[in-house]
Amino acid sequence: MAILTVRNVNKRFGGLKALDDVNLEVQPGTVHAIIGPNGAGKSTLLNCFVGRLEPDTGVVDFDGVSLLGMKPHEINQAGVSRVFQTPEIFGDLTLVENVMLPAFARRDGAFRINGWRPVLSETGIRELAMEMLRDVGLADHAQTVASQLSRGDKRRLELAMCLVQEPKLLLLDEPTAGMARADTNNTIDLLKVIAGRGITMVVIEHDMHVVFSLADRVSVLAQGTVIAEDVPERIKGNQKVQDAYLGGAHL
Amino acid sequence: MIEKHSRRGDLLLLLGFALVVAFAPTIFEPIGGGYPDLLQKFAIYGIFAVGFNILFGLTGYLSFGHAAFLGVGSYTAVWSFKLLTMNVLPALVLATVMGGLFALFIGFIALRRSGIYFSILTLAFAQMSYNLAYSVLTPITNGETGLQLTHGDPRVLDALFGVQHGDGLPSTDLFGMSMSGWSGYYFCGVVLFAMFYVSLRIFRSPFGMMLRAVKSNQNRMNYTGINTRPYTLAAFVISGMYAGLAGGLMAVTDPLAGAERMQWTASGEVVLMTILGGTGTLLGPVLGAGVIKYFENIFSAFNEATLMDVFSFLPETLQHGAVAITGLFVGEGWHLTLGALFMLIVIFLPGGLMEGVNRIKALFRGGLRRGEVRRPATMTG
Repeated sequence: MAILTVRNVNKRFGGLKALDDVNLEVQPGTVHAIIGPNGAGKSTLLNCFVGRLEPDTGVVDFDGVSLLGMKPHEINQAGVSRVFQTPEIFGDLTLVENVMLPAFARRDGAFRINGWRPVLSETGIRELAMEMLRDVGLADHAQTVASQLSRGDKRRLELAMCLVQEPKLLLLDEPTAGMARADTNNTIDLLKVIAGRGITMVVIEHDMHVVFSLADRVSVLAQGTVIAEDVPERIKGNQKVQDAYLGGAHL
Repeated sequence: MIEKHSRRGDLLLLLGFALVVAFAPTIFEPIGGGYPDLLQKFAIYGIFAVGFNILFGLTGYLSFGHAAFLGVGSYTAVWSFKLLTMNVLPALVLATVMGGLFALFIGFIALRRSGIYFSILTLAFAQMSYNLAYSVLTPITNGETGLQLTHGDPRVLDALFGVQHGDGLPSTDLFGMSMSGWSGYYFCGVVLFAMFYVSLRIFRSPFGMMLRAVKSNQNRMNYTGINTRPYTLAAFVISGMYAGLAGGLMAVTDPLAGAERMQWTASGEVVLMTILGGTGTLLGPVLGAGVIKYFENIFSAFNEATLMDVFSFLPETLQHGAVAITGLFVGEGWHLTLGALFMLIVIFLPGGLMEGVNRIKALFRGGLRRGEVRRPATMTG
C-alpha cells in the first residue's frame, strides 16, 4: 500500500490553474522524485503535503490519514519531516541544540512545559542528537552556533534535524539548490545513505544528475499535471517528457 | 569547554547573586545607595525586568504593555490588605495569580500577531487598562486618588485570627515582621533571589530552549512538529506573573495603588532596563533595573548646591560654568543623563551592559581564544 496517496488534486490561484488533477502514489521505502520545468507546480504540490496550502479539491492521504486541514506541526507529528530549499535551521542555537529540539518535539509532542529540568540532564536526547551529528559529519562542531555554518553544512544539519525524528516520510525541496558541485555531491552521498536506511523520500529537484542518481521513481509535472511516471531510465527516453519538459533536447 | 554554561558556573552565579543581595547595604554604601528604600526598589524592578526578559529576551516578542500587569498586581495586593489581612503572603500570591490571569487574557489576543503589531496590541491593552482604572473602574481602583487603606476595611482574616492593629492605619507585615526598613529590603531581596533562580531554571530547560528557538526561526518550529502559540503564551503569562508579583511588592512597601503605575511610560521603562542591561542574558535585566533606578534616585536628588560642592576645587568662574553645564544632567534633567547613557550603550554595546562585562571577562582570560566572536545573548550568564 502507498504511504502517500495524492488523488485528483486541484489548486487554483485566481485565474491560474497551478495543479490540474494531480495523481501520485509514493511506495514506502522508495525515493520518489518530482521533476518539471519552472512553474510546473512542484512547490505548490509539496506545500499541499505539509499544510501550508490547502488543495481546492482532491485527496492527500498519508499512512491512511487525510492530511487536509491539518496544521504544519500536526503533519510533522504524524511523521512527515521537511527540508527547505533554503535550509531552515535555528541560527542562534548551537548545532547540538538544533538537533535536540526536534528530538524533544518527537518525545514531548507539540507542546509541553518542560521548564525545570535542565537540558544538560537530558542525556538520552543529547546522545541521540550527537549520534545524528556524527552521521552527517558535523559532530566536531556540536557547540558551534548554527548561523556560522556554510550552505552545505546547513543542509547537513537540517537533514540531521529531520532524521532525529525518524520520519516515515521525508520531503526535500531542491536539496542541492544553490550549492557548489562538491557540496552537491556530498549531499547526494548523504541522501543515498539515508535512502539506504529505508526512509521514504519525496524529492523535488531541478538537477537531473541528482534525480537520476537517487530516485527509484520519477513523476514529471508540466503545467500542473503529471505527464509521465516511471523509473528513471525510461523517463529519460520518454518522448512526451522530452517534448514538454526538455523542449526536445536529449538528456 | 564542552558546554557554554556549566552547572558549576550556574552555581557560582547563584552564589554571587545571593552574596550581592545579602551585602547590598554595604556594597552600595560608597555610591550613596545603601539605604533600604532604594535597594527595595532595585529588587522590585529587578523582578519586573527578569520576568519581562523571559518573554522579550527569549522569544523576542516585545511587549509594550507590561505595566498593566504591574498595576493589576498592586491593586490586587491592596485589596487583599483591605479585605483579608495585612499579612503580605496572601497579597503577593493573589497579585501573582491576577497578573497571570490578565496576561493570559491579553496574551491570548495579542499573540495572534507578531512583531510591531504585537507590540502595538499590548500597548493598546495597557493604555486601555490605564484609562479604565481612571474612569469606569473607579469603584475598584478609586480613580485618581488611588486605592488606599482605610479604618473601615474589614480585613476578615485578621479579624478571624484576632490580629490587632493600632489606632493609626495598619502597616504590612509577614507574620509580625515589619515590611519597612531593612527587614522590608531583605524580604524583597529574598523574593528577587528566588525569582532569579526560577528564571535561571527556565533559561537552562528544554522549555527555555524552545522559547529561544521561537525567536530564532518560528517557521522551522512549525515544521518540526511544535505548536509555537502555547509556548509564546506560556512565556507571556510567566512574565505577567513576575510583573504581578513586582506590583504586589510595590504595594507591600507602600500600600497604595494608583493608575499611573499602568501608564505606557512604566511599560517603556522595563523595556529600557532590559535592553540597557542586556536582552536575553540572565543578569542583564537586574543590572539594567539597578542602573536606571539608581540614576532616577541619585541623579534627580542632585541640586545646584551639591554641584557647587563637587566643583569647589575650580576657580570661581570655571566653577559656575561647570555647574551650569552639568546642572542640565542632574535634578530634573536626570532623564538627559539616562538618555545619553542609553544611546552610548546601544551604539557601543548592542548586547547591553552584560556585553561590556563579558568583554572585560574575555580580556582577563587573555588571548587564549582570540578572534572568537562572542555574542552574549542567551549563552552566558
